[in-house]
Amino acid sequence: MSFATAMEVNVEARRILAVSISKLYASRSQRGGLRLHRSLLLSMVMRSARDIYHSSRESEQPNGEQPATEEPMDTNCDPKEKARLTPDLADTSADMAPGVSDKLDESDCDITEDKENLSPAKQSRKRRGKASAAPDFLPSKRARLEPGEERYAAPVGSCRAGVGDYRSALTLNQVIPAF
Amino acid sequence: MRPGGGSSDVQWCFSQVKGAMDDDVAEADIISTVEFNQSGELLATGDKGGRVVIFQQEPESKNQPLRRGEYNVYSTFQSHEPEFDYLKSLEIEEKINKIRWLPQKNAAHFLLSTNDKTIKLWKISERDKRPEGYNLKEEDGRYKDPNTITALRVPVLTPMDLMVEASPRRVFANAHTYHINSISINSDCETYLSADDLRINLWHQEITDRSFNIVDIKPANMEDLTEVITAAEFHPNQCNTFVYSSSKGTIRMCDMRASALCDKHTKLFEEPEDPNNRSFFSEIISSISDVKFSNNGRYMMTRDYLSIKIWDLCMETRPVETYQVHEYLRSKLCSLYENDCIFDKFECCWNGNDSVVMTGSYNNFFRMFDRGYQQDVTYEASRENSRPRSILKPRKISTGGKRKKDEISVDSLDFSKKIIHTAWHPLDNIIAVATTNNLYIFQDKLN
Repeated sequence: MSFATAMEVNVEARRILAVSISKLYASRSQRGGLRLHRSLLLSMVMRSARDIYHSSRESEQPNGEQPATEEPMDTNCDPKEKARLTPDLADTSADMAPGVSDKLDESDCDITEDKENLSPAKQSRKRRGKASAAPDFLPSKRARLEPGEERYAAPVGSCRAGVGDYRSALTLNQVIPAF
Repeated sequence: MRPGGGSSDVQWCFSQVKGAMDDDVAEADIISTVEFNQSGELLATGDKGGRVVIFQQEPESKNQPLRRGEYNVYSTFQSHEPEFDYLKSLEIEEKINKIRWLPQKNAAHFLLSTNDKTIKLWKISERDKRPEGYNLKEEDGRYKDPNTITALRVPVLTPMDLMVEASPRRVFANAHTYHINSISINSDCETYLSADDLRINLWHQEITDRSFNIVDIKPANMEDLTEVITAAEFHPNQCNTFVYSSSKGTIRMCDMRASALCDKHTKLFEEPEDPNNRSFFSEIISSISDVKFSNNGRYMMTRDYLSIKIWDLCMETRPVETYQVHEYLRSKLCSLYENDCIFDKFECCWNGNDSVVMTGSYNNFFRMFDRGYQQDVTYEASRENSRPRSILKPRKISTGGKRKKDEISVDSLDFSKKIIHTAWHPLDNIIAVATTNNLYIFQDKLN
């Protein structure tokens, strides 16, 4: 895939992710409660967008090691191996629809934030207890990677120096709240 | 190409339209289900406000033998009310998801209506006589002083104006954790099934305090959830057989004789996906929104977002016929995802002899596919084309660059006007098509 096409795909994937997240939020206030079928379909779209986003980002690497292919997408991956939402997505939340990034910001206040890219209005200094924390299906904002560090290798609940009590990033399937 | 499409010699005409004329649609008036009874004499609609309206066909008049009777309001009642689940802090919508008529056994009519959580059995009966001449009661119902009674008489039934009463005879509640999407009455005339996103329950029509769970696809860990049940139906004449469709585009047929819990299917109907059509939205558009057995019980039809598929029950590997409903929307899936239209759950229906199938689309279009003549046609349900007995003109959508006269371009389609619910009279060429809040009745032109 050419670099330009990978960029377009990347942008499209992020846009679809943003739209999906806002739909999930909207469905919380729907009469009749969350619809399981709709939530499942939304999470599937989000997973596809995430996979595309990953593979298009890989194809943007200068060494071009893993040329990204758009199809066939692996949507049958083993549940245990499902990657978490990439932190890069959280970092680029400022690029997404303002409404969405507001919500992303609220989810985790203890994590090192990219303060340069946040407008003052979006910085939330509120500390929230766990009980009143944002719902589970939000992607967490995780600290930015230092150069050379690997994200995928990090197990759930690992602590890094300088990062306080952060909520572990959740798999996309936890988008469907437990009934 | 013969005019009128559908079956080669049928010309469809406007017959009636029911519902308010305003463009301002009250949400409670949005029609959510349409169903003819087994004789076609009664047509029931359910709406988002929890009401059921039943229309009855007038008998054909002797003066105009070639005109079918009109459908007029027979009964209206509030079937379901909004409720609140205090445990989950969730409102339960009163919207009627499905209505199914029971086969008629006596003078009264019975139907099952369901919202997201509760199914109700309603009895609709006529009263055209009332007893008069009670010994102990006055005509207005007040009790007489027994000391004033000097004679004894037998009360007599005297005619009165016809009154149609609807009374709830059974309430089948508290059996579904998830939202009910289907009910289907068994050909054994005793039981029926109800299906939600993850489970299917079998009920006896007389027993409300228990039901049997016959399908359960809830995973031990909800994080492993990959598909949900989208529709279920009993076979029209094999009382042991039912099917259920899934959000993954598969249909499973189960035999209740095999085991009490029918988690293992007898047959699995699935068509391999075309890799050329892969997109972000492949899963959504392959989700089946409706499944219907043919009247003869040899085929079943499924509706997904873009197509209708006819399956031979003896062949699981692929459908025997596939009809594209609105293939021109495939390139617009992203926009349809953003405006939520991609989640619309279109229904489909067979005609009485299984030769034609019908389903709805956008812009108040509906489509008919003639299986025998391999013809398809698009019609529009609109007030403009609603002069009495005016013949419906086939509509064409232009997908290429050049738009011919009378064609409609894809970009000018109104996606807020959709036909989700359609029904075909079981014995005659009369169809009921629901737009957002209006019910259109069309019939073929009798010559």
